This record gives sequence, C-alpha cells and structure tokens, in this order.
Amino acid sequence: MNPGSSLLATLIPLPVLLPLLGAGATLVLSRRPTLQRALSVAVLAVVVVIAALLLVAAVQSGPIVVTVGSWPVPLGITLVVDPLSALMLLTSMTVTLAVLVYAIGQGVYDRDEATPITIFHPTYLVLAAGVANAFLSGDLFNLYVGFEVLLMASYVLLTLGGSRSRVRAGVTYVVVNVVSSLVFLVGIALVYAAAGTLNLAQISIRMESVPPGTALAIHLVLLTAFGIKAAVFPLSAWLPDSYPTAAAPVTAVFAGLLTKVGVYSIIRTETLIFPGSEVTHTILLVAAGFTMLVGALGAIAQADIKRVLSFTLVSHIGYMIFGIALATPLGVAGAVFYVVHHITVQATLFCVVGLIEGVGGSTSVSRLGGLMRASPVLAVLWFVPAINLGGIPPLSGFVGKLGLVQAGVVDGSALAWVLVVVSVLTSLLTLYAVTKVWVLAFWRPADQIPVPDAADDGADPSQEESPLDPDEEDDRAPAASTAASTGGLPGAPAPRAGVLTGVRPGTARTIAQKDGNTGAEVDWPVARMAPADGTPVLTGRLLGSPGDRVSRRLPKVMAGATGALVALGLSLTVLAGPLYTVADQAADDLVARTPYIQAVFAQTVDDRVAR
Amino acid sequence: MTSPIVLLALIGVLYTVGVYLILERSLTRVLLGILVLGNATNVLVVVAGGRAGAPPLVGGAPEAEMSDALVQALVLTAIVITLGVTAFLLALIHRTWTLEREDHLTEDVEDRSVRRRLEIGEQEDEEELDTTGCENTSDTDEDDEDDEDTDEESALEPAGEAR
Repeated sequence: MNPGSSLLATLIPLPVLLPLLGAGATLVLSRRPTLQRALSVAVLAVVVVIAALLLVAAVQSGPIVVTVGSWPVPLGITLVVDPLSALMLLTSMTVTLAVLVYAIGQGVYDRDEATPITIFHPTYLVLAAGVANAFLSGDLFNLYVGFEVLLMASYVLLTLGGSRSRVRAGVTYVVVNVVSSLVFLVGIALVYAAAGTLNLAQISIRMESVPPGTALAIHLVLLTAFGIKAAVFPLSAWLPDSYPTAAAPVTAVFAGLLTKVGVYSIIRTETLIFPGSEVTHTILLVAAGFTMLVGALGAIAQADIKRVLSFTLVSHIGYMIFGIALATPLGVAGAVFYVVHHITVQATLFCVVGLIEGVGGSTSVSRLGGLMRASPVLAVLWFVPAINLGGIPPLSGFVGKLGLVQAGVVDGSALAWVLVVVSVLTSLLTLYAVTKVWVLAFWRPADQIPVPDAADDGADPSQEESPLDPDEEDDRAPAASTAASTGGLPGAPAPRAGVLTGVRPGTARTIAQKDGNTGAEVDWPVARMAPADGTPVLTGRLLGSPGDRVSRRLPKVMAGATGALVALGLSLTVLAGPLYTVADQAADDLVARTPYIQAVFAQTVDDRVAR
Repeated sequence: MTSPIVLLALIGVLYTVGVYLILERSLTRVLLGILVLGNATNVLVVVAGGRAGAPPLVGGAPEAEMSDALVQALVLTAIVITLGVTAFLLALIHRTWTLEREDHLTEDVEDRSVRRRLEIGEQEDEEELDTTGCENTSDTDEDDEDDEDTDEESALEPAGEAR
C-alpha cells in the first residue's frame, strides 16, 4: 500500500466521524448559538471537501477500502468508497451543507421561540453522519446501523417543536420506518442464516451457491425494506403524509437524502448481492411504472405546494428504480445520474417553498398569488428548478430522463418500452403539476386569490352576494382593480375587512402592528412585503400575518443558500458530460461487480503484507 | 443446521400478534405491536446464528461447540435501537395525549380536504387555471371548506403550543 492511498483510506471514516463529534460539540455549545452554527457549517464543509477528494480518488484508482480496527476482512466492518458511494456522498453532503446554511438563515429570522434551535444542530449533524455511514458501509449490518442513526435523527427533526400536525405526522413516520427497519433486520437474519456473513463483498460471492428459491426470498425481503425507505409504490403512502408538516429545511434535507439512501441500498442489492434476478427486475419495472404514475397523479390533485412536491418526489423515485431494474450499465448509469440530479433539485424546491411560505404566508396554491410581482427573485428561484424537475432541455432533469429513456429503448423489451412511455408521460404530468403552482402562485395577480373564509365572524352578506367575484374576470387590469378587490374580498376577516377596504398597501405595516393579530399558520414569519408604489400585494395573506417587518427583500442568507442550490442544479447541466462519465464508470463497476469485491479482499492481502 | 421448532413457532406467534396490534388505531397498541415485532425479529436473528452451544468465551470450550457470538452482538444492537425508538414513540404518544386528549391516530387534514374536493366533484384545477372568467358559484364554496380545514388546524395550533 503506497502512502497516498493509505492517507486516503484514513479519510474514509471521517465523513461519519466528524459529524458525530461535531454533534457532541454543538450539544455542549448549545448556549453559544453563534459558535454552534459556525461549528456545524465548518464540519459539513470539511466533509464536503473530503467527499470530493474521495470521489476523485475512487474515479481514478478504483474502490478504496478501509477495515475498521484492522480486523481481517470478513470479520471486521469495512468501509468502501467506490465511484457510486463517493458520488452519492459528495452530492448529499453538498446539499446538506447548503440546507444547513438555509436553516441558519431561517433561524436568524425565526420569531418563533418555541422551535428549539439548539437541538437542531446536533441532530442535523447526526443525520449527516448516518447518511454518510450508510453510503460508505461495506457491511450489511453497518448499513442497518447507518439507517437507524439517520432515522433516529430524522424522527427528532420531523417532530421539532412538537406541534399538533407534526406529532401526528411523526407517529406515522416513526411507525412506518420502524417497521421497515424490522423488515430489514429480518433480511439481515436471513442473509446471515443463508450465507454466514454480513460483509457485502463476501455475501455476493456466497449468494451464488445459495439455492435460487431461498435467494429470491431473501432478496424480496430486503427489497421490501428498502422499498419502504425509498418510497416505491405501493410502499410510498407514508411519505406525502409526513414530509410536508416538517419545517422547510428539514423537509428539504429529507426529500434530498433519506429516500435516496433507500435507492442507494436498492442499487447495491440489485447489482452487488443479487445480480441478474429476472423476477425482481420485472417486479421493479412494474413498481417503477406505478410509482411514477401514481406519484405524478397525486401531485396534480394536491393544493399544498409541499404536498405537490412530496408527490413528485415519490414519482421521480420511479425513474431511478426504472434505471436500476434495467440492470444494464446504461440503465444503472442513468439511475445514478438521476439520483444526483434529483437530490439537488428536490432539496432546492423544498427550500424555495420555505421562502414562498415566508413571503406569501401559506404554501397552499389556493391562498397564494402575485408572487411574481411581489418577489421576482423568488419567481426565478422557483422557476428554474421546477422546469428542471419537469425535464425541460437542456437542464439536468432532461439529461437524466433522456439517459433512462435511451437505456429503456436499448433494452427493447415490451415492458421497457411501456416504461419509456410512462416516464415521458410522467415528465409531462410533473411539468403540469409544477406549472400549476407557477400559474396560480406566481402569475395569478394577487387580487384574484380566492379568499373565502366562512369560518370568520359569521357569513357576511357580501359573500353570498358576490360569489361570482368580479375580480376574477378582469385580470387584464389588475392594477386598476386592486382597491376594489381588497374591499370585495368576500371572506376577508370582518374586523380587519373594514380597515382594509381601500387601504393603501404601503400602510400595511402600521395596520398590522395595531391589529396585532397572530392568525398565520406559518411556522416562522419571515419578510412581509408592502411595496410603497401601490403595486398589488398579497392582500389577504400579507395582512393576516403578524406584521413586524415590512420588507420587499427575501431574507439574504436563505435566498443565498437557495440560490446556491439552484446554481448547483444548473452546474449539473453544464457538467453533465463529465458527471455522466463518472456515472457510467460507477455503473460499469457496479454491473461488473469484480472491482468492488476485489478491492475488499485485496485489503486482506495488504493487511497481511503489512504485518 | 437444525432449527429449534419451539423458537420458530414462537417467532410465528409473535409476528402474528405484532402485526395484529400494529394495525390498530390506538397508538398504545401500535407501540406494543412494535415491541412484539421487535422481539420476534430478535429471536429470529438468534435462530439465524445456528444451534445453541457453549458460551463463546475464549478457552471456555472447544471452538466448534461455541454459540455464534456475532448474532448475539447484532441482537444486542437491535435491542438498544428498539429501546431508543420505543422511548421516542412513548414521548410522541404522550405528546399526542397532551394535545388531543386521545390515543387514536387522527386523520390527515389535507387528505380530508382533498377527498372532500373530490366528493364535491369539482374540477377545481381547471377552474382556477381558467382565467377567462367562466366562474361558478361552487368554486368559492369549495374553497371555503378547504380553508375551514386548515383554519381548524391553525386555530388549534397555538393552543397546543401554549401547553
């Protein structure tokens, strides 16, 4: 072993170790918020650099292996960095870092003292450690431990604050994930009973001598466990119920990472442990098709943007499963590229939703409007990743989908063709879902937001009189109708409605302060806008929030972090060529299997030589 | 490898009971179900390690007669993890009890509102997207209900926080 590679080998445990140590340190520093924030950002930044180094090394010189505690290979825990895990690690840690910065930005703006931000940083770092451990693990049980670490952290993050909706969602989430972990554990027990080892490389060798029926049974148990975690239809119903209730950065990092750890595990299962299993490939292809369609149709039915995105998240998991199920180097390469693209774009979109919630006071498209005029920057931040998700050329979403469709066409079987059609259809449906959000929340003038609020102060007669809202009709002249519309909003809360009629938007601040109402269901009020020049504002929602800050600007740190994520998504387009080369190499390694297995067992030889 | 039939039967019974309990709506029973399922899985892992033998202490017995120590280590890890999850779930259930005064899993508010929209048979999307002015009365009605739901939730929220 030359000194260079041994140095690299010492780097491998660091992405797990550093966040864990950082978690402890941030917990100690919980009374020094500034230091705590700086420390967690520094830790994750270092991990990103390490991940980049590992990726370069893994691409240039093949898989790197380290045996923890220098136990000989089948006995100890091995950590393996091959191009796939390095790529996943780099992408996920970059996104984690960006979302952390976003979360800090939100924390600064956070008016809600109930959110225990001191807990946030340690837990977040534990989550990062768990994700890194899962990606680096070369051992089935260590993978399970990685899963448990990240899940434990995710339970806490999801229920942060312990509000009613989060506890409700948290119960579902915890129970589903505990059950999936138990199924995983059953799989581990069966693997151990059949193969007598838990080392992935050794399992893959010994599985060849296990009777095919037994192997298939074990395979299906593992796939079920990972399928729940990756949210593959029909095991996906938990996701859209639990993700949307969490705080924006939490949802962003969950959406980016957690399901992808499941997808990563499926890739490993399919390529390394059980290659060439026709039955499961068929099952996975069918599941992929249904995941895409059901997810996309679900996204269309939703009104809440967070839920729309949760459903598109499920839907696009289908693309990755499609690539994996083809089991050709082309298909797996497409899946790997798509994972990278999707981690980035989905996290970005959830971050943008956080900003939308701050600006518009809601995440429901039926309550939003005029965001385009209210904040053009926000509009750009939403538009770019949204059409990226929809797969508009030349963005990375298009490249990923193109790669998968190509792989499907090359495969040429009837089922693959069906999947090609379904994936194009899903792309269109996704585009429809995000465009719907765009049209309603951004393009629709603010004065056309339907404000029906029958719950407020009895049915005021105006509501019955003008169900046919005049404003809905003359969208051509929004500026002219602003004043009228404010008055005409049928369900504007009665105490405020009187004040609001004909009021100039510029005076929003004083009114809101006087009114002192706290009616917003937002977690954390951010900037409110009240343009002084009389442009239409988000009438209903704007004044409905506790207005202590009137600003047209987005919070800088949050917008900056989101902007960085959008730029990262765009850079995937620019760098699609080299990235696809890496994905190709990762896929070739995966399908060939030998580089991984040889690297793990070469480690034993090296150790023996060293002794 | 011989399989101890009693343990296998026990695993079967535990899984049956666990699955039954976990499908209940009452959260306490779900928790009990998870505990039972966890124990069933732990026994399964132990069984996967082969027949029982001498304690796996170096020098205590010939190596061929020892039990497999690995599965015991795995089970120990699994037990600790289950313990942590159980504690967390108990905390969640307690929180649910404090907030809602009930032990049942409530329905998702958004799910309900989406379902209601479908029941009303409105094609809300088309109408909202349709800016040509083909309005109708039921559009606002339906949004009323939609908002009612969210308002219920938001009205209750501060109360929950206050406790």
